[in-house]
Amino acid sequence: MTENYTALYEEHKKLGASFTDFGGWQMPLKYSSELAEHHAVRKAAGLFDLSHMGEVWVSGLEAGAFLDYALVGKLSAIADGKAKYSLICNADGGIIDDLIVYRFGDEKYLVVPNAGNAPTVAVALAERATAFNVKVEDASAITSLIAVQGPKAEAILLKLTAEAQHPLVTDLKYYAFNELTVAGHNVILARTGYTGEDGFELFVANDGAASLWASVAEAGAEFGIVPCGLASRDSLRLEAGMPLYGNELSLEGSPFDAGLGGVVALKSKEGDFVGRAALEAAKEAGSKRKLVGLKGLGRRAGRGHYPVLKGGAVVGEVTSGQPSPTLGYPVAMAYVDVEHAEVGTALDIDLRGKAEPFEVVALPFYKRQK
Amino acid sequence: MAKVAAELKYSAEHEWIAFDGSGPSVVGVSAVAAEALGDIVYVDLPEVGSTVTAGETCGEIESTKSVSDLYSPVTGEVTEINEDAIGDPALINSDPYGAGWLFKVTVESEGPLLSAQEYAEVNGGEL
Repeated sequence: MTENYTALYEEHKKLGASFTDFGGWQMPLKYSSELAEHHAVRKAAGLFDLSHMGEVWVSGLEAGAFLDYALVGKLSAIADGKAKYSLICNADGGIIDDLIVYRFGDEKYLVVPNAGNAPTVAVALAERATAFNVKVEDASAITSLIAVQGPKAEAILLKLTAEAQHPLVTDLKYYAFNELTVAGHNVILARTGYTGEDGFELFVANDGAASLWASVAEAGAEFGIVPCGLASRDSLRLEAGMPLYGNELSLEGSPFDAGLGGVVALKSKEGDFVGRAALEAAKEAGSKRKLVGLKGLGRRAGRGHYPVLKGGAVVGEVTSGQPSPTLGYPVAMAYVDVEHAEVGTALDIDLRGKAEPFEVVALPFYKRQK
Repeated sequence: MAKVAAELKYSAEHEWIAFDGSGPSVVGVSAVAAEALGDIVYVDLPEVGSTVTAGETCGEIESTKSVSDLYSPVTGEVTEINEDAIGDPALINSDPYGAGWLFKVTVESEGPLLSAQEYAEVNGGEL
């Protein structure tokens, strides 16, 4: 059931968006054609409302030590002004959410979980914080998040920032952020995204969201920017081989099966953290199934939950799949038994009773030219 | 709002049919359905010479987001399929009542069909 509306809801209505419920939020699915929106991000730029994402501030003397305990990564080791992808697991090693952590300083971090999980993550962090000298504040309800993604994103941002601040934009590395003024608004500008393109995510207070959105749209018009909904966001992230919580990641899944073993700091962290024992055991036992990319040899696409077959026997299940707009063939991600997970393996997807040929390929499906 | 072409008949499953007293009738999907499906990327049509049955599936329409069965609004023999729509399924989105037609059929009997007015009342859309 939809209970939440972002500060940009009226803007989306004016733009003629069709809406969908996502994680309890009424979000734009598309404005015109999801294919046109997808191509705009690959060739020019797209403008996304991601205000359904959560924003949880962690501050205090032991902020770093606390995050090292609460999450699976070594977050205390992030440099100031940098961000890191991480996971929050339960004691059984199940994934509660994937998230990005931004470090502002020794005693100040921002944690950004997914929309539907934000309340759960905020509660879990607060519970895990009791033994630490930290403050956990859920600012999701007062913070908006706008993404500008695509090869023209930097040029658009430069139009909206003072010349003296241009190096804060141009010198910003992937997974780094700065605080600066964009179109008159104080924003946190991060070079992050979920599309496989260059681009930025802008955190702004709710009361500035509509004005910032309009400024970006206006500045981007000459570059061909278009507003983009969740449909194109999903096809873009799938081509980029990025997992979606609820599809590739879940409480029942293991980070190792998902190919995220590198995110779990079993070696570099000496102390205990939530899920450690279970994750050590899971790593020791090895994965029975693995997340792979599948490339369709025909025209028809596999979809979530369709069975993956080898010689007619079920050896896995599709987690996400659709025709790739950029590549022109169907792509899917799927969990398959490890013995069939090697790149080049021929598999079938059961498309409502018909076996369609697919091949295991390396992820990501699409990588931008730098 | 999606257009509902006034001169056509519609099935509850969103197919339209243009009856032609002298020759085969033309079948397609409504603009309401095409819009709801999103960008159509694949269409699977019955074979020429095969018999389709009113109310039964005879193909598939796949969009970026989902797959839907195609139902025949009538019973009869398929005489022609739209190869242009197979090659460029976006035609079904851009011109569902024209260049995006799907197949032609010699009608032996009709399934339950709605007038444009009745279809629009149930499914939305503009006459």
